Amino acid sequence: MDAFLTHVAMPARPADDQPSPAAPTSAGRRALLKGGAALTVSFALPLAAGRAALAQTATGVPASNTFAPNAWLRITPDNRVTVVCGSAEMGQGVLTAIPMMVAEELDADWALVSVEQAPADAAYNNPMFGMQATGGSTTVRAHWTPVRLAGAAARQMLIAAAAQQWKVDASTLRTERGQVIGANGRKASYGSLVGAAAKQPVPEKPALKDRKDFRIMGKPTRRLDSAAKINGTAKFGIDAHVDGLLVAVMARAPIAGAKPKAFDEGKAKAVKGVRKVIAIPSGVAVLADGYWAARQGRDALGIEWDLGAHVDLSSDKVSASLDEGLQNATAIARDVGNVKDGSANAARNLSAQYDVPYLAHAAMEPLNCLAWVKGDEVTIWAGTQSQGPAQGILSQVAQVTPAKVKVNTMLLGGGFGRRFAPDFTIDATLLSKLSGSPVKLIYAREDDMAAGYYRPTSRVRFEAGLDDQGQPLMLRADVASPSIMAASGFMKIPENGVDSMAVEGLADHPYEIPHQRIAYGRAEPGPQVWFWRSVGHSQNAFFIESFIDELAHAAKVDPLKYRLGLLEKHPRARGVLLLAAEKAGWSRPLPKGRHRGIAVAESFGTWVAEVAEVSVSKDGGITVHRVTAAVDCGQIVNPQTIARQIEGAVVYGLSAALYGRITFKDGKVEQSNFHDYPVLRLNEMPKVDVHIVQSNEAPGGIGEPGTPPIAPAVANAIFAATGKRLRQLPFDSEALKQA
Amino acid sequence: MSISMTVNGKAVTLDADPQMPLLWALREDLQLTGTKFGCGMALCGACTVHLDGQPVRSCQTPLASAAGKKITTIEGVGATPAGRAVQHAWLKIDVPQCGYCQSGQIMSACALLAGKKKPTDADIDGAMSGNVCRCGTYNQIRAAIHDASATLAKGG
Repeated sequence: MDAFLTHVAMPARPADDQPSPAAPTSAGRRALLKGGAALTVSFALPLAAGRAALAQTATGVPASNTFAPNAWLRITPDNRVTVVCGSAEMGQGVLTAIPMMVAEELDADWALVSVEQAPADAAYNNPMFGMQATGGSTTVRAHWTPVRLAGAAARQMLIAAAAQQWKVDASTLRTERGQVIGANGRKASYGSLVGAAAKQPVPEKPALKDRKDFRIMGKPTRRLDSAAKINGTAKFGIDAHVDGLLVAVMARAPIAGAKPKAFDEGKAKAVKGVRKVIAIPSGVAVLADGYWAARQGRDALGIEWDLGAHVDLSSDKVSASLDEGLQNATAIARDVGNVKDGSANAARNLSAQYDVPYLAHAAMEPLNCLAWVKGDEVTIWAGTQSQGPAQGILSQVAQVTPAKVKVNTMLLGGGFGRRFAPDFTIDATLLSKLSGSPVKLIYAREDDMAAGYYRPTSRVRFEAGLDDQGQPLMLRADVASPSIMAASGFMKIPENGVDSMAVEGLADHPYEIPHQRIAYGRAEPGPQVWFWRSVGHSQNAFFIESFIDELAHAAKVDPLKYRLGLLEKHPRARGVLLLAAEKAGWSRPLPKGRHRGIAVAESFGTWVAEVAEVSVSKDGGITVHRVTAAVDCGQIVNPQTIARQIEGAVVYGLSAALYGRITFKDGKVEQSNFHDYPVLRLNEMPKVDVHIVQSNEAPGGIGEPGTPPIAPAVANAIFAATGKRLRQLPFDSEALKQA
Repeated sequence: MSISMTVNGKAVTLDADPQMPLLWALREDLQLTGTKFGCGMALCGACTVHLDGQPVRSCQTPLASAAGKKITTIEGVGATPAGRAVQHAWLKIDVPQCGYCQSGQIMSACALLAGKKKPTDADIDGAMSGNVCRCGTYNQIRAAIHDASATLAKGG
């Protein structure tokens, strides 16, 4: 018991030098940072015939009558193609993108393609992570080659089967929309060939299509999961059910390290429907027949906490910790030229300090997990971004072998990185083991927000030196921020002391400046930090893209022109800037009171530029009327998804820029629900236009890259409107009030 | 306590705490899980259902106040002309991303269109701003409501 309780004390952290078998390697995650650099990983695994059984499940058709050449697809005699997707669907469209990629190379009839969620199995490992997990905007780029090979292999086997039956050479045959077609016009549907195709050898190196022959990829395609999400039948984690389950609501530790000092078990048990009260390391759980009883029981606990070291944590203390981090910003993330020379030779020096707060993810579906520990078997139903790691971690929690942990990946009601964390699956599993019942743990919204994992706060101090033409000679940035790498439990800060996530987007900004020094100082005020849509880019694009705008204004040069002048070696950056500017009518005058700002950022292998059109009222109210985005994400799968993801990422970033703020007082989070953690609503929604650059580059990510540029684009528009430079998020409307 | 009501046209009787929110009766007692839990404080709209045709946040509607009333949920709203038009428009425009808020969005939209066949953008702002979508599908929601309105104007 002690062993797993120690482990369960969050964060689940394997020994630094011994990553747990199920945890992602830091190499994998580093590859993620480099955006696509790991795409050379071997693709042999998904084609392994031994894994084909994974795609056989749940057909209702005898396996002998099904063609499932690998883990990614099966074809049944009724001509239906089922694609098995190993990534989690959180809105980003993987349940449509992966099938499109398979179907393209299979030459399937798209109307007959459906999708189902894969079990947790190494066959579905994300090649960029080395584990089955969904995050870092990686699904399409990591699986770009393997899932297409899976489709191509199946197609080649279907052709071979027809060639055998028709006694012709396979090279005389072609395929189209789910049929093999002979030179004489003879046709056989894929469904009619399943038995024969299954007997063909699996080709080792199936040929992939030329891009010009794509019929499915590259075309705007509706989602395969929409109907269920419109008629109420879609099953999210919170909808999972088994007979006899107990619903658990917890009094969660308000901060890591807090321990319950006193609670009234009797009062909780006095609530009708409450069955059990169980204390675990992360808090005290009340188990009941349903949520309402469990919630009332939880509230009746009257729990008092010993907040430990963080008893007096406050936002002032957080700020002091960041200042200390700035003092200690000695880990060098980028050092070119000599910043002292650059400063000495400058005609003009500027400095500025920028700040962002902690942020909650606030996904629509509160965190939850249904777990059932039955003997030596564990089954969970959860909307999790880390199915693979869950097997390893939960096997330790329940003290069973990983193979005995079955993960049913449910739809995620938003993920944004939060559902990469294992806390909710660990607690549900532990509660099931300790209670002997299936347990559905549901976080109240207040728990989801107040005992959460947060986007780190960050503070940066900039200095710049401009020459007599206003061109930057020198840029220095000191960054203070908590470390996600250290907090993650599966990475560690590299030897140079730089948490690459704390400086991503800033240390590798694209602007040509001769003398630069970007340094990191770790600040750890206490709250658990975690990945949040676009991770470090979410704040660093705000910092650098606002400060570059400051330099442009100091130089009295148009901010677009100023950027372009510093980006001669970055055609993709220029491409998206010019496209967004053109579509936004950058050079055309705006109606009175409207003003524009522009920003550009690369993240997850994708370039995005955004132009925000903003007005500021006399009382400081900020209205974002229109956002024009240009995206270069390399070769594409589904343009509809790309447009929707960029638009959605803009909304996510706007909510943060206008309202998002997690603050602390007396050791506790001050926000609890959507009234004090507001998010953008329909009446505030700008018009959004997304323009996609035609590109032959390697595919980039799409779930996150739309978020980074929006805050600086709006900040720069606010400056254009008011002459006031807002250097903190969320934007301070008070500062914009006209006297 | 025994409470009777009509849910999606079917008479049901539940033995439950009359103070329990209707949301949990629907989700747990009746296994109608299309109605979602989001905030528990009527702040996000994910739990929206119709009570005698009016949109209510079921997370803040005590079961007792549903007694003797007609409840319509996402599972039953397609049987109404507005519901059919709205669900069709949602599919045509392919509104959902994660999809978790969409049941509530659809229920709010249906109530709007049942009362106002041709809503303006301001009407849509008024009726829909209580429904949060973290994926940012608001522009598609607006477009789908206008589309459903046009369908209803043509006689469904």
